[in-house]
Amino acid sequence: MKVLRFWSSLYSQQFKTTFSTMLQYRASLFIWMISAVLEPLVYLIVWSAVSNGRGGSVGSYTTGGFAAYFIAFMLVNQVTYTWIMYEYEYRIRQGYLSFALLKPVHPIHSDIADNLSSKLITLPILLIVAGGLALVFHPTARLSLWSILIFIPALFLAFLVRFLLEWTLAMAAFWTTRVSAINQVYFILVLFLSGQIAPLALFPPWLQRVADVLPFRWMLGFPVELLLGRLTVVQALGGLAAQVGWVVISLIFVRFIWRAGVRVYSAVGA
Amino acid sequence: MNSLRLLYVFFRVSVLNETAYRVNFFVQLFQSLLGLGTALAGLGVIFSYTDALAGWRPDEMLALVGVYFLIGGIISLVIQPGMSALIDSVRDGTLDFTLTKPEDAQLLVSIQRVAFFSLIDLLMGLGVLIAALVRLGEKIGGWQLVAFVGMLLAGCMIVYSFWLFLASLSFWFVRVENLLEIFRSMYEAGRWPVSLYPGWLRFGLTFIVPVAFATTIPAEALRGSLDNWTLLGAFSLAVVTFMLARLFWKLGLRHYSGASA
Repeated sequence: MKVLRFWSSLYSQQFKTTFSTMLQYRASLFIWMISAVLEPLVYLIVWSAVSNGRGGSVGSYTTGGFAAYFIAFMLVNQVTYTWIMYEYEYRIRQGYLSFALLKPVHPIHSDIADNLSSKLITLPILLIVAGGLALVFHPTARLSLWSILIFIPALFLAFLVRFLLEWTLAMAAFWTTRVSAINQVYFILVLFLSGQIAPLALFPPWLQRVADVLPFRWMLGFPVELLLGRLTVVQALGGLAAQVGWVVISLIFVRFIWRAGVRVYSAVGA
Repeated sequence: MNSLRLLYVFFRVSVLNETAYRVNFFVQLFQSLLGLGTALAGLGVIFSYTDALAGWRPDEMLALVGVYFLIGGIISLVIQPGMSALIDSVRDGTLDFTLTKPEDAQLLVSIQRVAFFSLIDLLMGLGVLIAALVRLGEKIGGWQLVAFVGMLLAGCMIVYSFWLFLASLSFWFVRVENLLEIFRSMYEAGRWPVSLYPGWLRFGLTFIVPVAFATTIPAEALRGSLDNWTLLGAFSLAVVTFMLARLFWKLGLRHYSGASA
């Protein structure tokens, strides 16, 4: 009980401060949103063109199916994205991490609060954009109650997997200042193996198997396919299990890599 | 002539500056190759399902990717570094030092910084472009090649003018870097022919943020799908935007009060 009260008061205080900080960065948030909308929109348009050129469908995706896929992808991406890699590179290079280390709680908690606050501000706008896109591109999907119900925990787990993994990746800044190359490799893996550039069902089977064992699909593509009713109950439950597995693995990463990283961290002047 | 000599001097200084960090070259090379590989793999995925995207054949799309990297390389080689330095120097008043020099200030701020290693992107774009040209072969006539080079120049001029215009806004507003970021993310959309996009987006990418002039229009000139009026229109637009941007820059300079004045 006491533990619960500690965490709830910690997080409510974190939210108060990070929410007002994020409001200060409205312009940056808005600019981030442009690329968050534009990227899936471009793929939507490209795949619609391919689909129309082939008489209205590619594999199991019709033109409307692509519209639904990429609009849903935009929303899931919005809920799960982080910018923590840039943040840590800056914190470690400039020595600001020292302040965070002085606090008696793990710095990951203020990062989580930061992340969620920014989304509270941007999500309403993005939902309106999604509505607008739906009017323009006529998405079609077979929504069902059970898949929407499983979608909710799947989305939450997707957020956790992505947040924890990218937080771990951000720790690379402890060892090297050239994190941009590492990040780029990561983004390319996400692009092809999460379903960002195209629904994974359109890739050759061997690549789909690769995507199954890696975490990227479980951060993005899986919740999207689930929401659109493209998965069976067994596939949905299997996906949830994979997500839980990746949460556990990435928690272990976070714990060990953070400890090792802090040990090599030396702020300027220390 | 004098400005060419200046360009050479500035270029040499930044080469000296950047070659001090030699590992950066390999990092940049690695990242550029990854970027190109990603773009080509993306095309591969799409063309495994179709043989023409909105009328564009694979080799023509390859030429578009080449133009995209070429112009993107020019932007990150001189335009972006110079313009971000301009914004910084307006904010902290160091533009004073540039203004006191006996040479056109617009020229000086535009070439003041050269990110030498971005030459990799430029050369890679050129390589892809040449590969595409070889594959397209005799389908390309002499006139198309002339029109293509003309449209590349016009595109560069329009993009430069647009950046100068945005950067000049810093004479009135403090946080302009954000606007430059918007261009960067919109430029991504130039990887695909704008004819693919619905009307409102095509309009936005042509006349509000001139991405189409930088990538699609040169590539279309190469395919020979532009009529003479469009060529003429694009060229006049380049001249007009260049003059307007210069006018706007001068207006901003008049508004500039310096560091301690």
